[in-house]
Formats: sequence, structure tokens, C-alpha cells
Amino acid sequence: MRGREKLFLLIAIVVAIGLSYVSASFNRYYLGIAIDVGINIILAVSLNLINGHTGQFSLGHAGFMAVGGYFAAKFTLVYGPTLPPAAQPFLFAGALLLGGIVAALAGLAVGVPSLRLKGDYLAIVTLGFGEIIRVIFQTSETFGAATGLTGIAKLTTFGWAWALAAVTVYVVACLVNSTYGRGFIAVHDDEIAAGAMGINPVRYKVTAFVIGAFFAGIAGGLYAHHKAVLSPGGFDFIKSIEIVVMVILGGMGRTVGVIFAAIILTILPELLRGVAEYRMIIYSLLIIGLMLTRPQGLFTWGKKGAA
Amino acid sequence: MSAPLLELEKVTIKFGGVTAVCDLDMRVEEQELVGLIGPNGAGKTTAFNMITGVYQPTSGSIQFSGKPIKGIKPHTLSLRGISRTFQNIRLFASMTVLDNVRTAMQGNRAQRVRDALLRGKAFREVEARVEHEAMELLKIFSLDQFHDSHGKSLPYGDQRRLEIVRALATQPKLLLLDEPAAGMNPTEKQELMELIRFVQDKFKIAVLLVEHDMKVVMGICQRINVLDYGRKIAEGTPDEIRANPKVIAAYLGQETDDDA
Repeated sequence: MRGREKLFLLIAIVVAIGLSYVSASFNRYYLGIAIDVGINIILAVSLNLINGHTGQFSLGHAGFMAVGGYFAAKFTLVYGPTLPPAAQPFLFAGALLLGGIVAALAGLAVGVPSLRLKGDYLAIVTLGFGEIIRVIFQTSETFGAATGLTGIAKLTTFGWAWALAAVTVYVVACLVNSTYGRGFIAVHDDEIAAGAMGINPVRYKVTAFVIGAFFAGIAGGLYAHHKAVLSPGGFDFIKSIEIVVMVILGGMGRTVGVIFAAIILTILPELLRGVAEYRMIIYSLLIIGLMLTRPQGLFTWGKKGAA
Repeated sequence: MSAPLLELEKVTIKFGGVTAVCDLDMRVEEQELVGLIGPNGAGKTTAFNMITGVYQPTSGSIQFSGKPIKGIKPHTLSLRGISRTFQNIRLFASMTVLDNVRTAMQGNRAQRVRDALLRGKAFREVEARVEHEAMELLKIFSLDQFHDSHGKSLPYGDQRRLEIVRALATQPKLLLLDEPAAGMNPTEKQELMELIRFVQDKFKIAVLLVEHDMKVVMGICQRINVLDYGRKIAEGTPDEIRANPKVIAAYLGQETDDDA
């Protein structure tokens, strides 16, 4: 696969942006779902770096997403009106970057205690962290308290969502498929052996948390500028669980599988809208059924860790 | 005479009220093959874990290449030249044989997140070199034909060998083997002895061997240290150890008669 990764990235970005030029003629409902799929791919693939590849079970991904979403939205709300329309894409890029960076800092803050905790204990800490974030936004007047932020410019297009999804996949796949990045898997497989082979487990865990949180923050920014409203309720732990389910269903540490799972699990609830009140029941039953029959994940062909 | 490669001086470690290792003095010279033996629970693996930085001694000092290693983390010690295998094999289970070895070559290249993402020429060269070196290493131990299968799917003896190959991939000066003969049949043990001798000779490294199996230890070690209840009770050549009454008492129980 030497040298092909960059080509893949370039093609994916060009296709995504190219499609977004003609997307105005698409059905707005389908387009909305397509953007949701892109955002969920970013969330699932970035969480997969933490949970799947590095083996640090995190339940706080919605928290990182919230941090990114709120900061990016606040940024465009404050500076958006002062700029001409031509500058909007740059403003949006800046907002997403800001959201990603603040979320990455939050990832650093969670990554540090995670060095001492393993398994269930870490899951509980990250779960608590996610809730703390939500409560902070819920009580902060600057971020609209319980009402949240409204009137956010609808800047997220199909191109933005899918181009950034391609970037996320590229980053995670490149990291894991390198002599450097194999450290993540080594930490996942056996921390003590990894240490004895010269791999600093602390460094890899923190790196995984920071990179994973960065992309969750970007996904949050995309989400905010897609829905145009942000409320703290949207980032509760159910949202974190949703992302975890995508990772587990796709197969821990398998990027391709996780992408498929993100697509299916985003579209499935929409397909079930026809049966309105039963749809969450059917959705849950499907997940239980899948877990009983394919506990290792739906899509486990090919080499683990491969893109 | 230059400083020994590894020197333990009055090393003691206590876990709560239990003194696992007490006043241990031990030396390993460059390119020497030293054995550390003792009955179950004598503190051999604990001594290992102190040398590799997993545990910190309560008192006493450990020097590697003339420098104290107090407070240094295992991964840093690995980069300095201490490598090890484990009593219960600890291969990277989800990786292939080749990736197990490649991952251990970590320390020998200076790469960062940036390099992995940009995938420039330098990065690809390092990747190619690491892959080549890993394959060469596997070839020496004739494990190269399995490079694409999972480490855990190899036969037991090959897993042991792969662990040694992985440890060698970090380019150690001192290799610690924790009960490499555990669970092996006599033929495999014979092969293992030849392998250890070969490794020491080919890579010009010192080996510290913790072992239960007397035949293996007596067969290859130049010098042997004997531990019992955390204390060193004897040190010497295999012949001296074999004749030492304290060692016989520790292994077979107290004697009432010299006739054994």
C-alpha cells in the first residue's frame, strides 16, 4: 500500500467536494442523512483509535464532541456577522479547528488520569467526564445554559462532512499502519510486554486520547453547523453509547468495519421511521441480535488494523 | 577491570511485611551467560522485575553499564539495552509474527506522528528498512516462513523462540530470559540450550537466565547464582553449585546424612 494512502485521501476529498457542488439539487432529507453519516463516521473512526486500536475503553466521546461543537458554534456566532460572505468558509474552517483543539485539550485532561486506570474503571471515569462537560454547558450562560445555542449558521455541507471524514480515516489508518503506530496495538495487546519492548504506554495512550478527541471535536463543530441548534441534552451518555455501539458492531480496531457500522446505524433509525413508535424497539432488538450472533463485530474480514 | 554490565548491590524489596528479595548482590559481565536459580517463590522473577524497572527496590542499588537505573521506566531501560522474555509468553496477540518483531524495533527509529501522517520518503525508507531487518532476524531463527501468521497460532516452542526474537529486535546488551524452558519436552529443551548459546555468540550479548530446569542451567551457564527465600545462598560455576550442600538442602530438603 506504499504511497497509495495519499492518493486515496485526495480522491475522497475531491469527490466529496465535487458532489457538494451539485448537492443543492438533491432531496434535502437524504442530504441531511448523508451529512449525519459523514459526521458519525468521524466520531466512530476516531473513537475506534481509543477503544479499538489502543484498547482504552472510553465512554466520553460525546463529551469531546460537545466541547468541539460549542466552541466552534460560539466562534461563528460571534465573528460570523462581522465578516463578508466570501470569508465564511475560512471562518468555518477556523471554527472547526478551534473546536478540535479545545476538544484535544480536554482529551489530554482525560488521558492523564487514564494512565492509572484500566478497563471498567477507565470507562466510569470517562463516562463521568462526559457528564461533567454536559453539566458545565448546561449551567454556563455564555453557552446558552439549558436552552443551548440557536441561530448557528448552516455552514456544514456534504463536502465538508465527507472530506473531513476522509481525513479522519486517513489519519487513523496511517497512524496504525506504521512502525510508530503499531505501538497503539502493542499497548492494546499487552501493556507490560509493550513497555519491555521500548514502547512508552503512557505516551501512546495520551496520543490516542488527544487525536481521538480532536476529531470528535471537529465532528461536534460539523454537527453544530448542520443542525443550527445545540442543546446540552444532545450530548448525554446515550450519544456516547451510540458511538461505542458503532465501534463494537463494526469490530474493535477494524477501521473498514467501523465505517460500515457508522453508515448502517445512522441510516437504520431513519428507515424505521415508517413504524414510528416501534422503531427504537426494533433498533435495540437488532443490536442485541447482532451482538449475540456476531460478538466479534460484523465486519471482521481482512487484517486487523488495516484501512 | 572495567565495571560489570549489570551490578546489583544489597538489593532488597519488601511488599508490605514480606521481604521478597533481601540483600541480593549479583554481577553480570559483558557477553557472560549467568544463571539465576532457586526453588519456587525464591524471588527470581521479582529480581527480574527490579532489573527491568517493573518494581523499584526498597533499598540497595542496581547499576547497568555503570549507571544507576533507579526510577527509570521499563521502556527507557529497554532503549538502553535491557530486554526480556516472560515466564508466561506475552506476545502481541492480535499482530502477525512480523509485526511482533517490527513493533519491538520501535526504539531504533526516530519517528513521530507527523512522519506517519505525511508518509514522506524518509518515512518509507525507515519502514522498508525495519521490515527488512525484521525479516532478516526471523530468517536467522527460521521463523520467516510464518511471518504472516498470527504469533499466537504458532506451536508453543516457536512462540518461545519468537519471544526471544522479539526481545533481540530491541538490540539489547543484556537479555533476560524468564524460565524459557517451562513447558518444554526434553528435545525442545536441548534445542533451546543450543539456541541460547547461539544467540549469545551471534549477537555478542550477555544473558541472564532464570530457570527451574537444572539440566538447562548447568548445561549452558558460566556462572550460577542460587536464591532461596529471597537470599542468595550460593554463587559459582555449575560444578561448584552442584557440590554445594546449601543448594542441595534448598532443593531437596535438609540432609541428615552427607551420603546423598
